[in-house]
Amino acid sequence: MRVSLFITCYNDTLFPETGKAVVRVLERLGHTVEFPTGQTCCGQMHYNTGYQAEAMPLLARFVDQFKGAEAVVVPSSSCVAMMRDHYPKMALALKDKELQRQVDELLPKVFEFSEFLTKRLGLEDVGAYYPHRVTYHASCHGLRNLVLGDGPMRLLKAVRGIDLVELQGLEQCCGFGGTFAVKNAEVSSAMLAEKTTAVLNTKAEACTACDNSCLMHIQGALHRQRTGVKTVHLAEILAGDQGVAL
Amino acid sequence: MSGVGLDPRTAPTFPMAAKTMLGDTQLRKNVRHATDVIQAKRARVVAEMPDWQQLREAGKQIRQHTMEHLDFYLEEFEANCTRAGGVVHWARDAEEARRIIVGLVKASGSDEVIKIKSMTTEEIQLNSALEAAGIHPFETDLAELIIQLGEDRPSHIVVPALHKNRQQIREIFQKKMNLPELGERPQDLADAARMFLREKFLRVKTGVSGANFLIAETGGVCVVESEGNGRMCLTLPETLITVAGIDKVVPRFQDLEVLLQLLPRSATGERMNPYNSIWTGVNAADGPRTFHVVLMDNARTEILADEEGRQTLNCIRCAACQNACPVYRQTGGHAYGSVYAGPIGAILTPQLQEMKHAQSLPYASSLCGACYEVCPVKINIPEVLIHLRNKVVKQNTAGVAGFFDVEASAMKAMAMIFRSERRFRAAQRLGRVAEGPLVHKDGRGEGWIGWLPGMLGGWTQVRDLQEMPKETFRDWWEKRAANGR
Ligand code: SF4
Repeated sequence: MRVSLFITCYNDTLFPETGKAVVRVLERLGHTVEFPTGQTCCGQMHYNTGYQAEAMPLLARFVDQFKGAEAVVVPSSSCVAMMRDHYPKMALALKDKELQRQVDELLPKVFEFSEFLTKRLGLEDVGAYYPHRVTYHASCHGLRNLVLGDGPMRLLKAVRGIDLVELQGLEQCCGFGGTFAVKNAEVSSAMLAEKTTAVLNTKAEACTACDNSCLMHIQGALHRQRTGVKTVHLAEILAGDQGVAL
Repeated sequence: MSGVGLDPRTAPTFPMAAKTMLGDTQLRKNVRHATDVIQAKRARVVAEMPDWQQLREAGKQIRQHTMEHLDFYLEEFEANCTRAGGVVHWARDAEEARRIIVGLVKASGSDEVIKIKSMTTEEIQLNSALEAAGIHPFETDLAELIIQLGEDRPSHIVVPALHKNRQQIREIFQKKMNLPELGERPQDLADAARMFLREKFLRVKTGVSGANFLIAETGGVCVVESEGNGRMCLTLPETLITVAGIDKVVPRFQDLEVLLQLLPRSATGERMNPYNSIWTGVNAADGPRTFHVVLMDNARTEILADEEGRQTLNCIRCAACQNACPVYRQTGGHAYGSVYAGPIGAILTPQLQEMKHAQSLPYASSLCGACYEVCPVKINIPEVLIHLRNKVVKQNTAGVAGFFDVEASAMKAMAMIFRSERRFRAAQRLGRVAEGPLVHKDGRGEGWIGWLPGMLGGWTQVRDLQEMPKETFRDWWEKRAANGR
């Protein structure tokens, strides 16, 4: 299949390893990968913080970059949630009939990375090897908006060498919430403390998720506390080959 | 907490109030314990309903339909209530509602009233208005009684004293009921409250109640509760005054079939409320001789006129969203500076008030969606929060002030960058240069940022930020293509 990547602005800038891992997995599975270079940001930060007007042009930009794609894969559950929950409404508000049509046509082809593997390709075992103790954090957007269910867990279970430990309070928000972490820093920190305690209780070497934004926030605290526990995007685990280092 | 007003016009912003509450470990323990218990009960009784999702949808449809034809159903309610011997009053706002109620109490000839728990009377701060008029109100709901005697404020819609534990309640009773020997078993506390209240039930001739539902078809009023104290208030006095928001109406008696399944399971994790009281007008043989209903607008028609905010009015005040909310569970209710706390408070209060008094509440959420997931009438709270954030932004960036709004300037600059690939790349490069002075190498040779200036400083209070990688994904992709992959 011809797969178009929407890597997202923060993965592009801060977590290029995640993008590379997505490419590695998809190519290993025999797919052709494309990267439309004009892509930037889905508009989530603006939209969710109340700057809807600023998010509007990013919708047209996204559609323009990806129209005609066979499938669009996005390694970020919150960005996909942004598109599914808000793009149709935004197109409607813009009163642009052609844009509405394009959005309706494009959205069913947009998948979060793990969702693409399990739901679109019907896979569980993608031939990965990752000999480490790992726990999985279900991001709120993946859990509730995208209803990923146990998809990511099934992918992880099929990884060879992995020692998978379940996280207590899986459905609890980590407290990131985009600008929430800045605007309500104290409450966000209190929520984060619960999450990192749960992660440490698993004695895992690494915590994984389908969203680097939650992971950046969790990793920030794990590093501050000098725990030595890492965070790693699900794609990087699935890209793991023989003897990969943590 | 006494003396801390729950008036958003005077309350501190949510982040400031939350900071104070986060320091109160006892309160946080109490809130955590209570919400854990209620949530577990709720999950159990919801799981035993195979048609729960269909029920939720039915509940949503009933509420949505009602709001679309609210004028019609209110008039129908008025006609049927009047026919049954009730008197209907219309109040535009809190002030008018207070005036009507105080007048009615005075006309009843009593300088005392017994009250049953009602969020609407909290909303309009009725108790202080009654006291100012020389009328003494006695709360009879156990939790409200604790709040009243403790000179506290409610922190939860359904369990107003949820932030207090048994020991704290005992101390309040010992002091205010003059019972120094009071034991600490739940039974002892319940007995003390019963003794205290029974005397009031038998003596006071005027009652004030709220309403869970107003039934347009019959003109009846419905109140559900767990203790039976409410029913005493509804049946023993000679005069009964009920005050309700105009959003409380439902079209038909049969709609209760759906709503009275959704409400108790969501609220207290019970299959049914122990006491379901429905009364229609007056009856010479039994109950109050005089019955008034005060129908209050208080900004509800404005909410109704806002297409995106409208679903807020579908709320049946079960507080499931509060119990599920990770933010509420950390801070308790007082941080919201409003009688309606938690996610529903975060969307309702800013709309009941002028927006400028409740600017921080739409941001008191990580948008995790736990509230939407449990709401029995499927109110998409995150969607309404985002809608209200947009209103806040529009308000703050209007006119000249907008040019000096730091956040708005940053957001606008970012948006401009994202509108062009060239600018985006330049910003990525610039970011790597700009962060340079802030980066420190850790033991493993990785670069980390432990301090950020200004607005972003909240991030680095408890978290580090990893240095930007040397190469972006798109740079890597281009190099790879150039190498013939
Ligand atoms: S918003 Fe929904 S969950 Fe929250 S109190 Fe209202 S009905 Fe209950």
